[in-house]
Amino acid sequence: MRFLDNALRTQGAARLVPVKLNRREFLKATGAAAGGGLMLGFAFEATAQDAKKMVFPPSSFIRIAPDGTTTVMVNRLEFGQGVSTALPMLIAEELDCEWSKVRAELAPAAEVYADPGFGIQMTGGSTSVASSWKQYRVIGSSARAMLVAAAAQQWGVDASKLDTRNGFVIEPAGQKRRASYGSLAEAAAKLPLPTRVGLKADPADYFIIGRPTRRLDSQEKVNGSAQFGIDKTLPNMRVALLVHPPVFGGKVAAFDPTKARAVKGVEAVVQVPVDRGGTGVAIIARGYWPAKTARDALDIKWEAATGPTTADQLKIYREIALQPGLPARSDGDAAAMTQAAKRIEAVFEFPYLAHAPMEPLNAVIDLKADACTVWCGSQFQTIDQLAIATASGLKPEQVTLNTMQAGGGFGRRANPSSDYLVEGVNIAKAMKQAGIDAPVKIIWSREDDIRGGYYRPLFVHRVVAGLDAGNALRAWNHTIVGQSILKGTPFEKYLVKDGVDSSATEGVVDTPYRLPNLQVSVHHPEVNVPVLWWRSVGHSHTAFVMETMVDELARAAKQDPIAYRLALLDPKHTRVRGVLQLVRDKSSWTSPVPKGRGRGVAVHESFGSIVAHVVEVSVDKNTIRVHKVTSAIDCGFAVNPLTVEAQVQSAMVFGLSAALHGQITMKDGVVQQSNFADYPVLRLPEMPEISVHIVPSKADPSGVGEPGTPPIAPAVANAVFALTGKRLRKLPFDLAQA
Amino acid sequence: MTRLTVNGKAVEVDADPATPLLWALRDNLGMTGTKFGCGIAACGACTVHVGGQPVRSCVTPISSVSGPVTTIEGASGDRVGKAVQDAWIKHDVIQCGYCQSGQIMAATALLKSKKNPSEADIDSALSGNLCRCGTYARIRAAVKDAARTLA
Repeated sequence: MRFLDNALRTQGAARLVPVKLNRREFLKATGAAAGGGLMLGFAFEATAQDAKKMVFPPSSFIRIAPDGTTTVMVNRLEFGQGVSTALPMLIAEELDCEWSKVRAELAPAAEVYADPGFGIQMTGGSTSVASSWKQYRVIGSSARAMLVAAAAQQWGVDASKLDTRNGFVIEPAGQKRRASYGSLAEAAAKLPLPTRVGLKADPADYFIIGRPTRRLDSQEKVNGSAQFGIDKTLPNMRVALLVHPPVFGGKVAAFDPTKARAVKGVEAVVQVPVDRGGTGVAIIARGYWPAKTARDALDIKWEAATGPTTADQLKIYREIALQPGLPARSDGDAAAMTQAAKRIEAVFEFPYLAHAPMEPLNAVIDLKADACTVWCGSQFQTIDQLAIATASGLKPEQVTLNTMQAGGGFGRRANPSSDYLVEGVNIAKAMKQAGIDAPVKIIWSREDDIRGGYYRPLFVHRVVAGLDAGNALRAWNHTIVGQSILKGTPFEKYLVKDGVDSSATEGVVDTPYRLPNLQVSVHHPEVNVPVLWWRSVGHSHTAFVMETMVDELARAAKQDPIAYRLALLDPKHTRVRGVLQLVRDKSSWTSPVPKGRGRGVAVHESFGSIVAHVVEVSVDKNTIRVHKVTSAIDCGFAVNPLTVEAQVQSAMVFGLSAALHGQITMKDGVVQQSNFADYPVLRLPEMPEISVHIVPSKADPSGVGEPGTPPIAPAVANAVFALTGKRLRKLPFDLAQA
Repeated sequence: MTRLTVNGKAVEVDADPATPLLWALRDNLGMTGTKFGCGIAACGACTVHVGGQPVRSCVTPISSVSGPVTTIEGASGDRVGKAVQDAWIKHDVIQCGYCQSGQIMAATALLKSKKNPSEADIDSALSGNLCRCGTYARIRAAVKDAARTLA
């Protein structure tokens, strides 16, 4: 089936979950099955074979009201990326309904909403549109066929004589009758599913796919009525704040609740188990402010614990990088380096990074003896559902997880350990024990978020490029040092091979360049800092190394950076070539650089798509200012070009923010940053002018949310080099230290 | 009991007078359009108007609120606020949307005090409003467009 193949072909998808996770294995891997046969009645063993046969009843995805209002269930989290507009567009196209009557609703955790390729319900790896490209169109087409069949029955005619137009079934010949979808919906829902439906084959026939289409969720988000997880309220609900240990996995030695308990509105101050085997103290109150006031007054003594100090960790990583690690790729002759006439050696450093979505983590949890209902913005609905079930001692089918809009996420809301939700259940249980029988909303403060771990791992890369006397590349030795994200998670068996975590090497081992005698190896040190995917995952560091090194090679060969890249590309990577050519043409690359500015380029493939940025920078007293960004993307067929443009801008800003400002550092395991004051992110005055250009393509859609992030930092570094002659190899950039 | 006027309506809030306006709006009055982002006036997500001026409600105790409060829920009741909201929709500014209540309130305050803001005015007035989705390019375009429609 082409759809499945397509989903799996997408590199990003493959990276996140390459093989369909089967639910029983997940239960096992997460420990959910431990503690008896609770799950036996539930465990469902789906294979890729089953997925191919899986039928999606349109009734689970489409509701048509008598007035024609068409509600599309979105099987993903909407957190800015525009999926709650794109997926309804796919259905509307094949359903042939009126777009102004289409609404989107985020689906709760349920098997039917699992990604058909992956078997879990998730939003990640820039896969949503790519994975559902066929699925949602088939659902739309099936629903249309059922509406046509209902009209055919009512009119006593053959369905093949009928057509549809803009939300109506019409009879082109004969009595020329017409009936609205709204009037037919009830009868249509009772009809059997069509066994086979067609899809529009020619994009020229599309009326909405491929056209710039404004978001469906703008109105509710400009008037304050949109409901994010943090906005969910239940009668009698309490609010809880949790004090986490200062070192990951730390434990409470003692605490005095007296002062906290004395704050008006505070109802309980209790010790609870927290993530990574630690303990913390939860404050349960009538509202956030009493809880926060109590928390500030709370006196906790912690057991002695320690963790890494960043400067020392970097030093150790740099030493480790001198030794070859576990082989990730080995081409040609490993000894070729010894014959190199000269070498370019470079060490790169990348810090831990927090995701820092604007909406801090939160969830509303209504725990009862035989059921648990949760409202949250989850990127991992069915995984979180299982974790909540395990933590609350319930069966997964007793857990309802309602998907709320999320104020960003960038990977943080897709945690295999479901950390904040498990902690939330622990708090809900402690409340019951304290005699408070009420639902609870847990809210993380910004400080909790910045210090809460699950960071993009700290990485060190060491690259030695060997050149011959004519400055042609002859060998490339590359060592990567950083924690494994996937080890110890249910994804390990699919994505960690021979000890090598593919999320640390993506972007290097699959380079589109012909790098002779390429040797790549990896070290995965164990460090007591929880790590996680952060928008673009491994590409967030590998693209920087590859694209600044290639730039150095171009300079060494005294060649134009774009011309050099085009020559170095493996000819089979025609899409990378196309993107480079487009960005060159659109950025007036060959025109003189304005005085006082430097120009740089970078290109990178990730999540099945390719993005290149050309940037213009200036430097004033060691402060880098990015003035202009010209971007080109090949994401296959652009389902909603308006969203593609927005996501390239968005991903670029996310990467630029990290390049200029982002770093989490630790001293003895204690995170030194706390809020936006010391973990700054890009602000409006720093926003460059940006233009985004989309390569026209009829290929199936590929990722859009992440691919714009990886190439921005190297493009800026290359531009800074062009201007100042200084090579930036440590992020965030510090020209004074370079 | 603290008396406030919110979006033209007199309300009473039964909370500690030190409670920030943000939490009085959200937890006591059930008005969740105003967002919590940082709690230290560093992100602008909680921006509301007090007496027509933009303030960070997360650090504004209700005891100090001396003028009428306008929140995102009341923004469309005003010609400028409505124009800004319309421009936001026209330019498809929104991504996750979480910061946009604050962005819209800050932009509205700017256009109320300056009919024809320069690019630098816009950058400066909105420099305290963070957006992690990076909607900044479209924010600039929408503010300029709103200014044009109001001229």
